[in-house]
Amino acid sequence: MLLAIDLGLIIEKLVLILIVVMGSLVIAMYATYGERKIAAALQDRRGPNRAGPFGLLQPLADGLKLFFKEEIIPDFSSKFLFILGPSMAMLTAIMTSAVVPWGDTVHFFDRDISLQIANVDVGILYVFGVVSMGVYGIMIGSWASNNKFSLMGGLRAASQIISYELAMGISLIALIMVTGQLDLKEIVLQQQKGNWNIIYQPLGFLIFLICAFAECNRAPFDLAEAESELIGGYHTEYSSMKLGFYLFSEYINMFISSVIMSTLFFGGYDIPFVNEQHLQESIGQWAVLLQVLCLLTKVVGFIFFFMWVRWTIPRFRYDQLMNLGWKVLIPLALINMLATGGVLLFLNK
Amino acid sequence: MQALTNRIKQVERKPLSIMERLYLPAIFKGMIITFGHMFKKRPTINYPEKKRPFSPVFRGLQVLNRDAEGRENCTACGLCAVACPAEAITMEAAERKAGEENLYREEKYAAKYEINMLRCIFCGLCEEACPKDAIYLSETFAPSDYQRKQFIYSKDELLIPHPVNEPEAYQKALGNKAKK
Repeated sequence: MLLAIDLGLIIEKLVLILIVVMGSLVIAMYATYGERKIAAALQDRRGPNRAGPFGLLQPLADGLKLFFKEEIIPDFSSKFLFILGPSMAMLTAIMTSAVVPWGDTVHFFDRDISLQIANVDVGILYVFGVVSMGVYGIMIGSWASNNKFSLMGGLRAASQIISYELAMGISLIALIMVTGQLDLKEIVLQQQKGNWNIIYQPLGFLIFLICAFAECNRAPFDLAEAESELIGGYHTEYSSMKLGFYLFSEYINMFISSVIMSTLFFGGYDIPFVNEQHLQESIGQWAVLLQVLCLLTKVVGFIFFFMWVRWTIPRFRYDQLMNLGWKVLIPLALINMLATGGVLLFLNK
Repeated sequence: MQALTNRIKQVERKPLSIMERLYLPAIFKGMIITFGHMFKKRPTINYPEKKRPFSPVFRGLQVLNRDAEGRENCTACGLCAVACPAEAITMEAAERKAGEENLYREEKYAAKYEINMLRCIFCGLCEEACPKDAIYLSETFAPSDYQRKQFIYSKDELLIPHPVNEPEAYQKALGNKAKK
Protein backbone atom coordinates (compact mmCIF):
# COMPACT_ATOMS: atom_id res chain seq x y z
CA MET A 1 0.00 0.00 0.00
CA LEU A 2 1.52 3.25 -1.13
CA LEU A 3 -0.67 5.32 1.14
CA ALA A 4 0.58 3.50 4.17
CA ILE A 5 3.86 5.41 3.97
CA ASP A 6 4.38 7.49 7.05
CA LEU A 7 4.08 11.14 6.05
CA GLY A 8 6.19 12.19 9.00
CA LEU A 9 9.02 10.02 7.78
CA ILE A 10 8.99 11.71 4.38
CA ILE A 11 9.07 15.16 5.92
CA GLU A 12 11.77 14.13 8.34
CA LYS A 13 13.95 12.72 5.57
CA LEU A 14 13.32 15.70 3.30
CA VAL A 15 14.42 18.11 6.01
CA LEU A 16 17.47 15.98 6.70
CA ILE A 17 18.36 15.82 3.01
CA LEU A 18 17.97 19.58 2.70
CA ILE A 19 20.20 20.19 5.71
CA VAL A 20 22.88 17.75 4.58
CA VAL A 21 22.98 18.97 0.98
CA MET A 22 22.95 22.63 1.97
CA GLY A 23 25.51 21.93 4.65
CA SER A 24 27.89 20.21 2.28
CA LEU A 25 27.44 22.99 -0.27
CA VAL A 26 28.26 25.66 2.31
CA ILE A 27 31.21 23.69 3.61
CA ALA A 28 32.47 23.19 0.05
CA MET A 29 32.05 26.91 -0.56
CA TYR A 30 34.09 27.80 2.47
CA ALA A 31 36.57 25.08 1.58
CA THR A 32 37.46 27.18 -1.47
CA TYR A 33 38.05 30.11 0.84
CA GLY A 34 40.03 27.88 3.19
CA GLU A 35 42.05 26.57 0.31
CA ARG A 36 43.08 30.04 -0.75
CA LYS A 37 43.80 31.15 2.79
CA ILE A 38 45.85 28.06 3.60
CA ALA A 39 47.72 28.25 0.31
CA ALA A 40 48.54 31.84 1.12
CA ALA A 41 49.63 31.01 4.65
CA LEU A 42 51.90 28.21 3.49
CA GLN A 43 53.49 30.55 0.97
CA ASP A 44 53.89 33.53 3.32
CA ARG A 45 51.09 35.44 1.63
CA ARG A 46 47.91 36.90 3.05
CA GLY A 47 45.23 35.45 0.83
CA PRO A 48 41.82 36.98 0.13
CA ASN A 49 41.09 39.69 2.69
CA ARG A 50 39.13 42.34 0.82
CA ALA A 51 35.55 41.01 0.55
CA GLY A 52 34.05 41.34 3.99
CA PRO A 53 35.91 40.86 7.28
CA PHE A 54 38.96 38.63 6.69
CA GLY A 55 37.68 38.11 3.15
CA LEU A 56 34.89 35.89 4.45
CA LEU A 57 32.52 36.96 1.66
CA GLN A 58 35.02 35.93 -1.01
CA PRO A 59 33.27 32.62 -1.84
CA LEU A 60 30.00 34.51 -2.39
CA ALA A 61 31.76 36.95 -4.68
CA ASP A 62 33.37 34.08 -6.60
CA GLY A 63 30.04 32.30 -6.98
CA LEU A 64 28.33 35.47 -8.12
CA LYS A 65 31.06 36.09 -10.66
CA LEU A 66 30.72 32.58 -12.07
CA PHE A 67 26.95 33.07 -12.38
CA PHE A 68 27.29 36.28 -14.34
CA LYS A 69 29.98 35.04 -16.71
CA GLU A 70 29.04 34.42 -20.29
CA GLU A 71 28.19 30.83 -20.98
CA ILE A 72 30.05 29.41 -23.95
CA ILE A 73 29.20 26.05 -25.47
CA PRO A 74 31.67 25.20 -28.25
CA ASP A 75 30.18 24.68 -31.74
CA PHE A 76 31.68 21.26 -32.23
CA SER A 77 30.74 19.89 -28.85
CA SER A 78 27.84 17.55 -28.37
CA LYS A 79 25.59 19.80 -26.40
CA PHE A 80 23.61 17.33 -24.36
CA LEU A 81 26.70 15.57 -23.06
CA PHE A 82 28.42 18.90 -22.55
CA ILE A 83 25.73 19.88 -20.08
CA LEU A 84 25.42 16.39 -18.64
CA GLY A 85 29.11 16.31 -17.65
CA PRO A 86 29.15 18.91 -14.87
CA SER A 87 25.68 17.87 -13.73
CA MET A 88 26.89 14.30 -13.26
CA ALA A 89 29.96 15.49 -11.41
CA MET A 90 27.83 17.53 -9.02
CA LEU A 91 25.18 14.83 -8.62
CA THR A 92 27.58 12.05 -7.74
CA ALA A 93 29.50 14.34 -5.43
CA ILE A 94 26.39 15.10 -3.38
CA MET A 95 24.85 11.60 -3.53
CA THR A 96 27.51 10.01 -1.34
CA SER A 97 26.43 11.95 1.71
CA ALA A 98 23.17 9.94 1.85
CA VAL A 99 24.55 7.02 3.83
CA VAL A 100 26.84 8.88 6.19
CA PRO A 101 25.77 8.70 9.85
CA TRP A 102 26.10 12.31 11.00
CA GLY A 103 25.18 11.64 14.60
CA ASP A 104 23.23 9.49 16.98
CA THR A 105 19.44 9.31 17.09
CA VAL A 106 17.63 12.39 18.33
CA HIS A 107 14.17 12.55 19.84
CA PHE A 108 11.98 15.32 18.39
CA PHE A 109 8.19 15.69 18.13
CA ASP A 110 7.64 12.19 19.54
CA ARG A 111 9.82 10.69 16.85
CA ASP A 112 13.21 9.02 16.94
CA ILE A 113 15.09 10.71 14.16
CA SER A 114 18.24 9.03 12.99
CA LEU A 115 20.78 11.52 11.70
CA GLN A 116 21.44 9.39 8.65
CA ILE A 117 19.46 9.91 5.47
CA ALA A 118 19.42 6.28 4.37
CA ASN A 119 20.49 3.50 6.67
CA VAL A 120 21.70 1.17 3.95
CA ASP A 121 23.19 -2.00 5.38
CA VAL A 122 25.76 -2.10 2.56
CA GLY A 123 26.77 1.53 3.12
CA ILE A 124 30.40 1.04 2.15
CA LEU A 125 29.49 -0.61 -1.13
CA TYR A 126 27.07 2.23 -1.91
CA VAL A 127 29.80 4.80 -1.25
CA PHE A 128 32.13 2.87 -3.52
CA GLY A 129 29.60 2.64 -6.29
CA VAL A 130 28.81 6.34 -6.24
CA VAL A 131 32.41 7.47 -5.88
CA SER A 132 33.51 5.48 -8.91
CA MET A 133 30.64 7.03 -10.86
CA GLY A 134 32.13 10.43 -10.07
CA VAL A 135 34.66 10.05 -12.85
CA TYR A 136 31.87 9.76 -15.41
CA GLY A 137 31.14 13.45 -15.03
CA ILE A 138 34.74 14.23 -15.90
CA MET A 139 34.89 11.71 -18.74
CA ILE A 140 31.61 12.78 -20.33
CA GLY A 141 32.50 16.43 -20.04
CA SER A 142 35.94 15.97 -21.51
CA TRP A 143 34.63 13.84 -24.36
CA ALA A 144 31.81 16.23 -25.17
CA SER A 145 34.20 19.20 -25.30
CA ASN A 146 35.72 17.85 -28.52
CA ASN A 147 39.10 19.16 -27.49
CA LYS A 148 42.35 17.23 -27.43
CA PHE A 149 43.49 18.57 -24.10
CA SER A 150 40.13 17.93 -22.50
CA LEU A 151 40.08 14.38 -23.78
CA MET A 152 43.60 13.83 -22.50
CA GLY A 153 42.54 15.04 -19.08
CA GLY A 154 39.48 12.82 -19.12
CA LEU A 155 41.51 9.77 -20.10
CA ARG A 156 43.99 10.46 -17.36
CA ALA A 157 41.21 10.83 -14.82
CA ALA A 158 39.65 7.55 -15.94
CA SER A 159 42.84 5.52 -15.83
CA GLN A 160 43.81 7.08 -12.52
CA ILE A 161 40.49 6.21 -10.91
CA ILE A 162 40.65 2.65 -12.22
CA SER A 163 44.17 2.13 -10.89
CA TYR A 164 43.53 3.59 -7.47
CA GLU A 165 40.06 2.18 -6.95
CA LEU A 166 41.57 -1.31 -6.78
CA ALA A 167 44.00 -0.49 -4.01
CA MET A 168 41.30 1.45 -2.19
CA GLY A 169 38.89 -1.48 -2.39
CA ILE A 170 41.44 -4.00 -1.21
CA SER A 171 42.49 -1.81 1.71
CA LEU A 172 38.83 -1.57 2.68
CA ILE A 173 38.40 -5.35 2.55
CA ALA A 174 40.90 -5.59 5.39
CA LEU A 175 38.86 -3.05 7.32
CA ILE A 176 35.65 -4.93 6.69
CA MET A 177 37.33 -8.11 7.87
CA VAL A 178 38.17 -6.40 11.16
CA THR A 179 34.73 -4.88 11.68
CA GLY A 180 32.68 -7.64 10.11
CA GLN A 181 30.26 -4.95 8.94
CA LEU A 182 29.29 -3.10 5.77
CA ASP A 183 26.88 -0.84 7.61
CA LEU A 184 28.46 2.56 8.30
CA LYS A 185 26.33 3.19 11.37
CA GLU A 186 27.29 -0.16 12.87
CA ILE A 187 30.96 0.55 12.15
CA VAL A 188 30.70 3.81 14.05
CA LEU A 189 28.90 2.16 16.96
CA GLN A 190 31.62 -0.49 17.14
CA GLN A 191 34.28 2.18 17.29
CA GLN A 192 32.32 4.01 19.95
CA LYS A 193 32.45 0.95 22.18
CA GLY A 194 35.94 -0.18 21.32
CA ASN A 195 38.93 1.48 19.71
CA TRP A 196 39.03 3.46 16.53
CA ASN A 197 39.80 1.42 13.46
CA ILE A 198 42.97 3.40 12.75
CA ILE A 199 44.60 1.39 15.56
CA TYR A 200 43.84 -1.91 13.84
CA GLN A 201 44.42 -0.74 10.29
CA PRO A 202 47.17 1.92 10.13
CA LEU A 203 48.56 0.67 6.81
CA GLY A 204 45.07 0.27 5.43
CA PHE A 205 44.33 3.87 6.39
CA LEU A 206 47.50 5.12 4.70
CA ILE A 207 46.60 3.33 1.48
CA PHE A 208 43.03 4.56 1.70
CA LEU A 209 44.23 8.11 2.28
CA ILE A 210 46.55 8.10 -0.73
CA CYS A 211 43.83 6.59 -2.89
CA ALA A 212 41.35 9.18 -1.64
CA PHE A 213 43.70 11.89 -2.89
CA ALA A 214 43.76 10.19 -6.28
CA GLU A 215 39.98 9.70 -6.37
CA CYS A 216 39.35 13.35 -5.60
CA ASN A 217 41.74 14.40 -8.38
CA ARG A 218 43.59 16.46 -5.83
CA ALA A 219 47.25 17.39 -5.99
CA PRO A 220 49.66 15.60 -6.06
CA PHE A 221 47.43 13.46 -8.28
CA ASP A 222 45.63 16.22 -10.17
CA LEU A 223 46.82 15.00 -13.54
CA ALA A 224 43.34 15.34 -15.00
CA GLU A 225 43.55 19.11 -14.87
CA ALA A 226 47.35 19.55 -14.88
CA GLU A 227 47.15 23.18 -15.97
CA SER A 228 50.82 23.35 -16.93
CA GLU A 229 50.46 20.49 -19.40
CA LEU A 230 46.82 20.36 -20.46
CA ILE A 231 45.71 24.01 -20.19
CA GLY A 232 42.83 23.19 -17.86
CA GLY A 233 42.47 19.48 -18.49
CA TYR A 234 38.94 18.19 -18.65
CA HIS A 235 37.33 21.59 -18.02
CA THR A 236 39.31 23.51 -20.65
CA GLU A 237 36.20 24.34 -22.70
CA TYR A 238 33.93 25.04 -19.77
CA SER A 239 32.91 28.48 -18.62
CA SER A 240 30.49 30.17 -16.30
CA MET A 241 28.55 28.08 -13.79
CA LYS A 242 29.34 24.80 -15.55
CA LEU A 243 32.98 25.37 -14.74
CA GLY A 244 31.84 26.36 -11.29
CA PHE A 245 30.06 23.03 -10.91
CA TYR A 246 33.24 21.14 -11.81
CA LEU A 247 35.38 23.10 -9.40
CA PHE A 248 32.72 22.89 -6.74
CA SER A 249 32.23 19.15 -7.08
CA GLU A 250 35.94 18.73 -6.41
CA TYR A 251 35.52 20.41 -3.04
CA ILE A 252 32.37 18.48 -2.23
CA ASN A 253 34.22 15.28 -3.08
CA MET A 254 36.98 16.31 -0.75
CA PHE A 255 34.46 17.00 2.01
CA ILE A 256 32.69 13.68 1.48
CA SER A 257 35.88 11.64 1.39
CA SER A 258 36.98 13.36 4.59
CA VAL A 259 33.67 12.34 6.14
CA ILE A 260 34.08 8.77 4.93
CA MET A 261 37.64 8.58 6.26
CA SER A 262 36.57 9.94 9.64
CA THR A 263 33.68 7.49 9.74
CA LEU A 264 35.66 4.42 8.76
CA PHE A 265 38.91 5.00 10.59
CA PHE A 266 38.46 7.77 13.15
CA GLY A 267 35.28 6.79 14.91
CA GLY A 268 32.83 8.92 12.93
CA TYR A 269 30.79 11.00 15.35
CA ASP A 270 32.43 9.35 18.33
CA ILE A 271 33.82 11.92 20.78
CA PRO A 272 37.25 10.69 21.88
CA PHE A 273 37.87 9.91 25.57
CA VAL A 274 34.22 10.54 26.45
CA ASN A 275 31.70 7.94 27.44
CA GLU A 276 28.74 8.65 25.17
CA GLN A 277 26.20 7.07 27.50
CA HIS A 278 27.20 9.21 30.48
CA LEU A 279 27.18 12.28 28.29
CA GLN A 280 23.70 11.46 27.01
CA GLU A 281 22.45 11.06 30.57
CA SER A 282 23.91 14.33 31.78
CA ILE A 283 23.08 16.73 28.95
CA GLY A 284 20.48 14.78 26.98
CA GLN A 285 19.86 15.76 23.36
CA TRP A 286 22.76 18.21 23.27
CA ALA A 287 25.13 15.26 23.23
CA VAL A 288 24.05 14.58 19.64
CA LEU A 289 24.94 18.12 18.65
CA LEU A 290 28.34 17.65 20.23
CA GLN A 291 28.74 14.45 18.23
CA VAL A 292 27.95 16.18 14.97
CA LEU A 293 30.38 18.95 15.84
CA CYS A 294 33.01 16.37 16.67
CA LEU A 295 32.56 14.70 13.30
CA LEU A 296 32.80 18.07 11.59
CA THR A 297 35.98 18.87 13.49
CA LYS A 298 37.55 15.68 12.27
CA VAL A 299 36.40 16.51 8.76
CA VAL A 300 37.86 20.00 8.92
CA GLY A 301 41.12 18.46 10.06
CA PHE A 302 41.13 16.16 7.06
CA ILE A 303 40.27 18.97 4.68
CA PHE A 304 43.14 20.97 6.11
CA PHE A 305 45.37 17.97 5.55
CA PHE A 306 44.21 17.70 1.94
CA MET A 307 45.13 21.33 1.36
CA TRP A 308 48.37 21.13 3.26
CA VAL A 309 49.47 18.26 1.04
CA ARG A 310 48.37 20.05 -2.09
CA TRP A 311 50.54 23.06 -1.36
CA THR A 312 53.54 20.97 -0.38
CA ILE A 313 53.99 18.16 -2.87
CA PRO A 314 54.50 18.71 -6.60
CA ARG A 315 52.39 16.83 -9.13
CA PHE A 316 53.30 13.26 -9.98
CA ARG A 317 54.38 12.39 -13.49
CA TYR A 318 51.99 10.07 -15.28
CA ASP A 319 54.30 7.03 -15.20
CA GLN A 320 55.12 7.66 -11.55
CA LEU A 321 51.42 7.73 -10.81
CA MET A 322 50.90 4.38 -12.50
CA ASN A 323 53.98 2.90 -10.81
CA LEU A 324 52.77 4.00 -7.41
CA GLY A 325 49.28 2.70 -8.04
CA TRP A 326 50.01 -0.68 -9.54
CA LYS A 327 53.43 -1.61 -8.21
CA VAL A 328 53.29 -0.19 -4.71
CA LEU A 329 49.79 0.40 -3.42
CA ILE A 330 48.07 -2.71 -4.76
CA PRO A 331 50.75 -5.14 -3.49
CA LEU A 332 50.81 -3.30 -0.17
CA ALA A 333 47.05 -3.48 0.10
CA LEU A 334 47.14 -7.19 -0.72
CA ILE A 335 49.79 -7.83 1.92
CA ASN A 336 47.77 -5.81 4.40
CA MET A 337 44.68 -7.85 3.60
CA LEU A 338 46.50 -11.18 3.93
CA ALA A 339 48.17 -10.14 7.16
CA THR A 340 44.87 -8.97 8.63
CA GLY A 341 43.25 -12.22 7.62
CA GLY A 342 46.12 -14.21 9.13
CA VAL A 343 45.98 -12.34 12.41
CA LEU A 344 42.21 -12.70 12.62
CA LEU A 345 42.51 -16.41 11.94
CA PHE A 346 45.23 -16.72 14.57
CA LEU A 347 43.14 -14.91 17.17
CA ASN A 348 40.24 -17.10 16.11
CA LYS A 349 37.80 -14.26 16.06
CA MET B 1 91.95 16.86 -18.47
CA GLN B 2 92.49 20.04 -16.55
CA ALA B 3 89.20 21.76 -16.01
CA LEU B 4 88.83 25.42 -16.91
CA THR B 5 88.09 26.31 -13.32
CA ASN B 6 88.55 24.23 -10.22
CA ARG B 7 84.99 24.60 -9.18
CA ILE B 8 83.66 21.38 -10.64
CA LYS B 9 81.65 19.47 -8.09
CA GLN B 10 81.09 15.80 -8.73
CA VAL B 11 77.43 14.91 -8.39
CA GLU B 12 76.78 11.69 -6.55
CA ARG B 13 74.36 9.48 -8.38
CA LYS B 14 74.01 6.63 -5.95
CA PRO B 15 70.89 4.53 -6.16
CA LEU B 16 68.34 5.66 -3.58
CA SER B 17 68.51 4.11 -0.14
CA ILE B 18 65.49 2.33 1.28
CA MET B 19 64.57 5.33 3.44
CA GLU B 20 64.62 7.53 0.36
CA ARG B 21 62.68 5.07 -1.71
CA LEU B 22 59.99 4.86 0.96
CA TYR B 23 59.22 8.41 -0.11
CA LEU B 24 57.04 9.12 2.89
CA PRO B 25 59.81 10.46 5.19
CA ALA B 26 60.75 13.00 2.54
CA ILE B 27 57.13 14.06 2.14
CA PHE B 28 56.82 14.35 5.90
CA LYS B 29 59.90 16.57 6.02
CA GLY B 30 58.52 18.78 3.28
CA MET B 31 55.21 19.10 5.04
CA ILE B 32 56.90 20.14 8.27
CA ILE B 33 58.68 22.88 6.33
CA THR B 34 55.49 24.22 4.75
CA PHE B 35 53.72 24.03 8.10
CA GLY B 36 56.45 26.14 9.63
CA HIS B 37 55.79 28.78 7.03
CA MET B 38 52.23 29.22 8.30
CA PHE B 39 53.56 31.04 11.33
CA LYS B 40 56.17 33.15 9.60
CA LYS B 41 55.79 36.90 9.41
CA ARG B 42 54.26 37.91 6.11
CA PRO B 43 56.15 40.56 4.20
CA THR B 44 53.02 41.85 2.42
CA ILE B 45 51.74 45.27 3.49
CA ASN B 46 47.97 45.84 3.29
CA TYR B 47 48.43 48.79 0.96
CA PRO B 48 45.65 51.33 1.20
CA GLU B 49 45.27 50.90 4.96
CA LYS B 50 48.95 50.78 5.71
CA LYS B 51 51.56 52.65 3.76
CA ARG B 52 55.23 52.01 3.62
CA PRO B 53 57.28 55.02 4.78
CA PHE B 54 59.22 56.63 1.96
CA SER B 55 62.91 57.29 2.13
CA PRO B 56 63.84 60.92 2.89
CA VAL B 57 65.06 61.42 -0.68
CA PHE B 58 61.83 60.15 -2.23
CA ARG B 59 60.77 62.19 -5.25
CA GLY B 60 57.03 62.30 -5.84
CA LEU B 61 54.58 64.72 -7.41
CA GLN B 62 55.70 68.32 -7.99
CA VAL B 63 54.33 71.08 -5.84
CA LEU B 64 54.36 74.78 -6.70
CA ASN B 65 55.40 76.62 -3.59
CA ARG B 66 54.09 79.74 -1.90
CA ASP B 67 55.90 81.94 0.59
CA ALA B 68 54.79 82.47 4.17
CA GLU B 69 52.19 85.10 3.18
CA GLY B 70 50.72 82.83 0.56
CA ARG B 71 52.19 84.46 -2.54
CA GLU B 72 53.30 82.27 -5.40
CA ASN B 73 57.06 81.99 -5.61
CA CYS B 74 57.22 81.20 -9.31
CA THR B 75 58.44 83.95 -11.57
CA ALA B 76 58.05 81.98 -14.80
CA CYS B 77 61.74 82.15 -15.66
CA GLY B 78 61.49 78.85 -17.50
CA LEU B 79 64.64 77.34 -16.02
CA CYS B 80 62.73 74.28 -14.87
CA ALA B 81 61.32 73.73 -18.33
CA VAL B 82 64.83 74.00 -19.78
CA ALA B 83 66.24 71.64 -17.20
CA CYS B 84 63.52 69.06 -17.69
CA PRO B 85 64.98 66.10 -19.61
CA ALA B 86 61.55 64.75 -20.41
CA GLU B 87 60.19 68.07 -21.61
CA ALA B 88 57.18 67.70 -19.39
CA ILE B 89 56.88 71.30 -18.24
CA THR B 90 55.06 74.04 -20.16
CA MET B 91 54.46 77.54 -18.91
CA GLU B 92 53.22 80.94 -19.99
CA ALA B 93 54.39 84.05 -18.24
CA ALA B 94 52.33 87.12 -17.42
CA GLU B 95 53.03 90.49 -15.86
CA ARG B 96 51.77 91.20 -12.38
CA LYS B 97 49.10 93.93 -12.38
CA ALA B 98 48.77 96.51 -9.65
CA GLY B 99 46.79 95.12 -6.73
CA GLU B 100 48.00 91.56 -7.30
CA GLU B 101 50.96 91.87 -4.96
CA ASN B 102 49.27 89.63 -2.45
CA LEU B 103 49.02 86.87 -5.08
CA TYR B 104 52.46 86.82 -6.69
CA ARG B 105 55.79 87.53 -5.07
CA GLU B 106 57.66 88.65 -8.20
CA GLU B 107 56.64 91.10 -10.91
CA LYS B 108 56.34 88.32 -13.40
CA TYR B 109 54.41 85.18 -12.72
CA ALA B 110 53.29 81.96 -14.44
CA ALA B 111 49.80 82.44 -15.83
CA LYS B 112 49.82 78.86 -17.04
CA TYR B 113 52.00 76.16 -15.58
CA GLU B 114 51.49 72.57 -16.72
CA ILE B 115 53.37 69.36 -16.05
CA ASN B 116 52.57 66.30 -18.09
CA MET B 117 52.76 63.56 -15.50
CA LEU B 118 52.94 60.89 -18.16
CA ARG B 119 56.16 62.44 -19.43
CA CYS B 120 57.67 63.35 -16.09
CA ILE B 121 60.38 60.98 -14.90
CA PHE B 122 60.52 62.45 -11.37
CA CYS B 123 64.23 63.17 -11.65
CA GLY B 124 63.99 66.33 -9.57
CA LEU B 125 66.05 68.48 -11.95
CA CYS B 126 63.31 71.13 -11.94
CA GLU B 127 63.68 71.45 -8.20
CA GLU B 128 67.44 71.84 -8.58
CA ALA B 129 67.12 74.37 -11.39
CA CYS B 130 64.64 76.64 -9.64
CA PRO B 131 66.27 79.85 -8.33
CA LYS B 132 63.15 80.90 -6.41
CA ASP B 133 62.43 77.71 -4.45
CA ALA B 134 59.13 77.66 -6.30
CA ILE B 135 58.91 73.99 -7.21
CA TYR B 136 59.79 70.91 -5.27
CA LEU B 137 58.99 67.22 -5.34
CA SER B 138 56.64 65.97 -2.64
CA GLU B 139 56.03 62.60 -1.01
CA THR B 140 52.91 61.69 -2.93
CA PHE B 141 53.01 59.84 -6.21
CA ALA B 142 50.82 60.31 -9.25
CA PRO B 143 47.42 58.68 -8.74
CA SER B 144 45.87 56.56 -11.45
CA ASP B 145 43.22 57.86 -13.81
CA TYR B 146 41.09 56.73 -16.72
CA GLN B 147 42.09 59.35 -19.28
CA ARG B 148 45.40 60.60 -20.55
CA LYS B 149 44.38 64.22 -20.49
CA GLN B 150 43.77 63.98 -16.76
CA PHE B 151 47.49 63.54 -16.30
CA ILE B 152 48.37 67.01 -17.54
CA TYR B 153 48.47 68.78 -14.21
CA SER B 154 47.79 72.49 -14.26
CA LYS B 155 48.30 75.06 -11.53
CA ASP B 156 45.07 73.95 -9.83
CA GLU B 157 46.57 70.57 -9.03
CA LEU B 158 50.13 71.71 -8.50
CA LEU B 159 49.83 74.75 -6.24
CA ILE B 160 50.37 74.20 -2.56
CA PRO B 161 47.38 75.19 -0.33
CA HIS B 162 47.37 78.71 1.01
CA PRO B 163 49.40 78.85 4.27
CA VAL B 164 47.22 81.52 5.87
CA ASN B 165 43.77 80.50 4.64
CA GLU B 166 44.22 76.70 4.91
CA PRO B 167 47.12 76.15 7.32
CA GLU B 168 46.32 72.48 7.98
CA ALA B 169 46.27 71.47 4.35
CA TYR B 170 49.42 73.54 3.86
CA GLN B 171 51.29 71.70 6.59
CA LYS B 172 50.16 68.37 5.17
CA ALA B 173 51.28 69.29 1.68
CA LEU B 174 54.58 70.52 3.01
CA GLY B 175 55.34 67.02 4.30
CA ASN B 176 59.01 66.17 4.24
CA LYS B 177 59.96 69.64 3.03
CA ALA B 178 59.34 70.96 6.53
CA LYS B 179 61.77 68.45 7.98
CA LYS B 180 64.54 69.04 5.47
